[in-house]
Amino acid sequence: MLGATAVAIIRLRSLFAVVMLSGIYSLLSASIFVALDAVDVAFTEAAVGAGISTMLLLGTLVLTGHYENEPAHKPLIPLVVVIVTGAVLIWGTLDMPHFGQPDNPIQQHVAPRYIEDSPREVGVPNMVTSVLASYRGYDTFGETTVVFTALVGVLALLGVRQGKTPVQPYNHPDQPPRPVLQVMSKLLMPYILLFALYVQFHGDFGPGGGFQAGVIFASGVILYTLTFGLDDAYAMIHPRILSPLAALGVMLYGATGVAGMLLGSNFLDYSVLAHDPVHGQHYGILLIEFGVGLTVACVMIMIFYAFMSRGEKLG
Amino acid sequence: MMDWIAMTTGFILILMGLYGALTHRNILRIIVSFTLANTGVNLVLVSVGYMLGRTAPILDKAVPMAEAVTRIIDPLPQALVLTAIVIGLGITAMMLTYAYKLYEAKGSLDIASYRELKW
Repeated sequence: MLGATAVAIIRLRSLFAVVMLSGIYSLLSASIFVALDAVDVAFTEAAVGAGISTMLLLGTLVLTGHYENEPAHKPLIPLVVVIVTGAVLIWGTLDMPHFGQPDNPIQQHVAPRYIEDSPREVGVPNMVTSVLASYRGYDTFGETTVVFTALVGVLALLGVRQGKTPVQPYNHPDQPPRPVLQVMSKLLMPYILLFALYVQFHGDFGPGGGFQAGVIFASGVILYTLTFGLDDAYAMIHPRILSPLAALGVMLYGATGVAGMLLGSNFLDYSVLAHDPVHGQHYGILLIEFGVGLTVACVMIMIFYAFMSRGEKLG
Repeated sequence: MMDWIAMTTGFILILMGLYGALTHRNILRIIVSFTLANTGVNLVLVSVGYMLGRTAPILDKAVPMAEAVTRIIDPLPQALVLTAIVIGLGITAMMLTYAYKLYEAKGSLDIASYRELKW
């Protein structure tokens, strides 16, 4: 099914259908991740791929137009390139050990160490969170910075128009209001935001965490923006507030690391934040996950604003 | 079984994304193809960490701490892929921004309109 959707994405000519299918494709791949017992990954893929990514693609589509010209030549050379690449990939896997066996070399080194010691050292039931936020805290810090940098890049290229926004089709005075959409989104909003907070603070115990929570929070705001228009969304969360908050999230993460350093341990070692090392880890993970969630949510909303505020050509 | 399916699907998706990026002329389609390939890579990574007959790396009543080593799968690839997805979104946003800037300059997203870099 995933393959069929992917084939359709590659083959179809209508760009709108392609964008919509890519959302469906993300949901399908999320279900494969669940089947692989990677619940956190599935969660992220569903929220990011089916939610925000589809929205951004749609935003660009609205700005640029729906048409694609026929290919000028037969896709023979690309086909050869793809077949050669595929052959090389398969050749590379030939002498690999059988997948899925517990005695593979890949499962022998760090994995048992994390699984055996993380309940004692970190004490967080969700091991993905403990690897993500504690053992590999450096990496996650870097990734949060990358997300923030993406925002900086988008803003440098597009910018968010903060003044009077262009008249948009859905809040145009000539257009009839859309009571059903507006009432429904008003009804859904609190639950989406509440769910985002639940995902944020329950990430230690079940699937979830800062990345997913930030994306879900942003999708709530995006839903509001889509149904009520940019002016109302700016009245709710203004971009002036958002960009410092995005930076604050990264800084909170870094500050937690530095706090551990000042208390006499390594950067991003949270064990010293409380008397009990496990409690310290808990506080540290909560703080940095909050920083991640804050940054991701603000960045996603800002990027969406940046695309939306360009919508003069709409309608 | 599941890991083989996922691994094969991952490889096929990578190749399809590559094919799409090579054959399409619309920049938006090329970006979508890149995200296809991105998902394929993620799928391969997660399926490498998968182990048969084990469960998700979350400790609770169903998986007591003492049995954890033999009951749950490797959390590391999952943590890696989780962040990779969010980074992928950041990259997609950047690519779309560039696509929009190109559209502003030329009024078209067809790569045939961009001949400056050809020689």
